Amino acid sequence: MESFINALPGAVAQGLIWGVMAIGVFITFRLLDIADLSVDGSFCTGGAVCVMMILAGYDPAIAMFMAFLVGMLAGFATGFFHTVCGIPAILAGILTQLGLWSVNLAIMGMKANQYINVNNFELFVSLRYLQDVNAGVRPFYEHPIFVVGVFTVILILILYWFFGTELGASLRATGANQHMARAQGINTNVNVVLGLMISNGLVALSGALLSQYQSYADINMGRGAIVIGLAAIIIGEVIFSKVSGNFAVKLLSVSVGAIIYYIVVQGVITLLKIDTNYLKLITALIVAVFLTVPYWKGKYFHAKVTPALPEEEEVAEHA
Amino acid sequence: MLEIKNVYKTFNPGTVNEKRALQNLNLSVADGDFVTVIGGNGAGKSTMLNAITGALSVDYGTISIDGVDVTKLPEHKRAQYIGRVFQDPMMGTAATMQIEENLALAARRGKARTLRGGISKAEREGYREQLATLGLGLENRLTAKVGLLSGGQRQALTLLMATLQKPKLLLLDEHTAALDPKTAAKVLETTQRIVEENQLTTIMITHNMRDAITYGNRLIMMYDGHIVVDVSGEEKKKLTVEQLLNLFSQASGSDEVNDKLLLA
Repeated sequence: MESFINALPGAVAQGLIWGVMAIGVFITFRLLDIADLSVDGSFCTGGAVCVMMILAGYDPAIAMFMAFLVGMLAGFATGFFHTVCGIPAILAGILTQLGLWSVNLAIMGMKANQYINVNNFELFVSLRYLQDVNAGVRPFYEHPIFVVGVFTVILILILYWFFGTELGASLRATGANQHMARAQGINTNVNVVLGLMISNGLVALSGALLSQYQSYADINMGRGAIVIGLAAIIIGEVIFSKVSGNFAVKLLSVSVGAIIYYIVVQGVITLLKIDTNYLKLITALIVAVFLTVPYWKGKYFHAKVTPALPEEEEVAEHA
Repeated sequence: MLEIKNVYKTFNPGTVNEKRALQNLNLSVADGDFVTVIGGNGAGKSTMLNAITGALSVDYGTISIDGVDVTKLPEHKRAQYIGRVFQDPMMGTAATMQIEENLALAARRGKARTLRGGISKAEREGYREQLATLGLGLENRLTAKVGLLSGGQRQALTLLMATLQKPKLLLLDEHTAALDPKTAAKVLETTQRIVEENQLTTIMITHNMRDAITYGNRLIMMYDGHIVVDVSGEEKKKLTVEQLLNLFSQASGSDEVNDKLLLA
């Protein structure tokens, strides 16, 4: 139990970092109604770009910004395959993901991983700083939970603002109903590409955060990212199902979902002493179960006669 | 206002499923005309509307709106001229978005979408007034998700959205066909009022002969991808359903009236 509690801050910090990626996945999966598999590749792309730039002497802030831009480029590739080439969204994402494998290796100088020595660089976020704050060597505001927490809040505020603008609303309309969107003069293809770019930019940004946190980028760091993102979205939705449907709250719930996911993972590792090798299997099964529940609920456990009015959110989801 | 010249459209050409949907279609609609369109299944009514909106590209011929050749323009660009209400109530609105968000999207039809805020206070008041004219109580539910509305409410809202930004052309594709008779009558009434108030050039497809005669100042009948009957003015006012059926059997060159048309 003690080891679990000791590992808790690390789990929360990692959850927050992955939460940024999950917010990116939320934009494609929930707003655009696309399951974008390119994120498994663009997550690593973000980490690789960030680490290589820091190693080349750039400020971590600039490195992270570049990671964001390169991630957007990856999203553009998927969007191009999907809208201009007419490739189904899932396949377009798989193609980008596969192509990014080579790109990521090339970025890392044809190596499978690249390390940063924490002693030599002042990073935005690092596991070392978490230990330093605990030891009293660093001020509390350099604690990864604080840093990434503030980062996430600012990010949510920016996205909340953006999706309330004319452009942001047209993007949501594109995901909600393409017929309606086009009838209202919205270029749905441009919006799909834009959504994929924003999403993959955020995913790459998350990869940049994680590579700093763990002091290395690895070619496999993004494997299964999409599933973790979906897990975070679904866990968040289940927990916040009774709270208002405000967009900012929805984004926050995704981040909280990611934190809970990492706490559960940490619990499984430290308390149940399960070989970490089985983590991906467990994650896959958990997500499968969570995706099954709403479907079965509608199919087999659907209330035949409901005298009372159903809840607002539910009806909206089913329409 | 609308000029359709020698338009052809064939689906699945060269296969056993080849379907000549539009064949030498010619139609000229004057400013302020309210045209009702009837015809059997497969006559090309919806194909014509989709060709006008750009949802379908035509094989040959030209389409122009208010003097602008739109034949090559993509659907979203033509939207600046066209207001549309679909047959399926689900198609005209975004279910997961609020009523006011849907209206705000429609109010910006044909305009650049910028990073300005989605809805201003003044706009919201305007929407409230407009919604009140529908008489459905929607003016008090601005932030409700559209998915909560009934089919009739959604069609009325779509109608409002189509005309919020005055279109050069209003296209109604059997927009009451999916509604119960009472709701359908109400939506039609609203349609009539909005068209008259804004003096909109309108094309309405319907399966209901009586509605086709009652509404509008011009009636066209389609058969086999082109227009076979075109009556307007006094002549149209005097039409009866029986005469219309006779006209149809004459025009289609058979004395056997399409039973699907009869049933409608």
